Amino acid sequence: MGDAEYLLSIETSCDETSAAIVRRDRHVLSNIVATQFELHERFGGVVPEIASRAHLERILPVIDEAVRQAGISLTGVGVVAVATHPGLVGSLLVGLTAAKSLSLALDVPLVTVNHVAAHLYACRMAAGADIFPAIGFVVSGGHTHLFDCRSAVEMDLLGCTIDDAAGEAFDKVAQILGLEYPGGPQIERLARDGNSAAFSFARTFLHEPALRFSFSGLKTAVLYAARGTPGSRTPVPELTTSRIQDLAASFQAAAIDVLIGKCEQALKQTGRRTLCVGGGVAANGAFRSALEEMVSRLGVRLVLAPREFCTDNAAMMALGWEYYERGLLAAFDTDVIPGLMRS
Amino acid sequence: MTSAGLTCKLVSESATRSLGLALAKAVQPGDVLALIGDLGAGKTRLTQSLALGLGVPSDTVTSPTFTLIHEYQNGRLPLRHCDAYRLQSAEEFADLGLDELFAEDGVAIIEWADRVSGYLPRDRLELRLSVMDETTRQVEMTGTGPRGQQLVATLAERRPW
Repeated sequence: MGDAEYLLSIETSCDETSAAIVRRDRHVLSNIVATQFELHERFGGVVPEIASRAHLERILPVIDEAVRQAGISLTGVGVVAVATHPGLVGSLLVGLTAAKSLSLALDVPLVTVNHVAAHLYACRMAAGADIFPAIGFVVSGGHTHLFDCRSAVEMDLLGCTIDDAAGEAFDKVAQILGLEYPGGPQIERLARDGNSAAFSFARTFLHEPALRFSFSGLKTAVLYAARGTPGSRTPVPELTTSRIQDLAASFQAAAIDVLIGKCEQALKQTGRRTLCVGGGVAANGAFRSALEEMVSRLGVRLVLAPREFCTDNAAMMALGWEYYERGLLAAFDTDVIPGLMRS
Repeated sequence: MTSAGLTCKLVSESATRSLGLALAKAVQPGDVLALIGDLGAGKTRLTQSLALGLGVPSDTVTSPTFTLIHEYQNGRLPLRHCDAYRLQSAEEFADLGLDELFAEDGVAIIEWADRVSGYLPRDRLELRLSVMDETTRQVEMTGTGPRGQQLVATLAERRPW
């Protein structure tokens, strides 16, 4: 199928506007991520209907910059890939409209990609060759989702969180401990000098076979340990640096125990021999070490997303090549599939 | 009959659940519910109970803190669940087009609504949750317009939930 050399990918599913150029051999030539808001005041308080103003302002400069940094010309683009699911309606629409327009103007195929699946494809890019079938684990601020991936483009959800995502728990605990946003990296840093056994936080669902997660209770337990149980007269010790370090270490240990335990269960239940892990929490060093330890015990292969492709980016949308190569092209009446998180 | 405010104690998680189920019976398309309360006050829990009452399995209703909006189309009414916690400014609410939340066919529920109050429809039901002790929450409900007040009155009339 086709002889395209360069793929332009566009990712606008949430609050970041991102574009990348990826060569057919999955080599990333450029990856631009814009998160800053610069043009606020120009628009006053008027809200355009169902369209994300932030993405509208950034999308063309971001695409331009991706093409420029890749050192190609726009006419060199042979296929356009865009994330259409899941995300915010207005945000996704801006990306999809830009992608459709470029696909028409350049007369090249359009492919649509699932944002969550793209997080796992970051692992395939690190491996440099096909890694599927595999258990795929996306652990981020928005997702804690385990998939059985038959191929890069076919996956079944095995289980996910029933309340907060793991990355969200890291950030909220960081806020409880008075750390700056984003809190995940701060927790990891403080935990290194803390005692992970200082507080015994619950490992929710760890010892039941269902592949599901819950981090809301853990977050509340840290809150009460840090600030005291509401209504209780027992005085709470001052939140000293060493207490913060102990809370961070104990929280991180509890969260990681559950994440690792569920991966192990998923591998055993499905018999898959490869585990790939992506999403922002996959950048956490303690989590990466615990994963390494678990897979070596099970004799299973681990493929981690490179740290630079753990958070939202368009490079992981190289997944679009898999659709292109299978001839799975999108029609021009393709629409976005917003907010429904579990499909 | 309309009423401006109603304050009650939720003595357990099952009381929070009852409130969510009562809300689910009372809401109509276009209604906006604004949740205000600190971390751990039970905002997501209340939303899960509302969802359950609308026919959406509550364990499928997860926190939209990072993803910003989750939409559930499988209940009696479409439910759109938003969280303003992570926004760095109220303007971001408009910049990201989050007002998609207020589509007329469904019910919108917003956590940390006080952070974006200037961008919310004027007529809404505000639910202010506070933690009394480990299991008890207090909820203060205020209608900020005719429809919000009607919801408060309906909930008051139908007590105990």
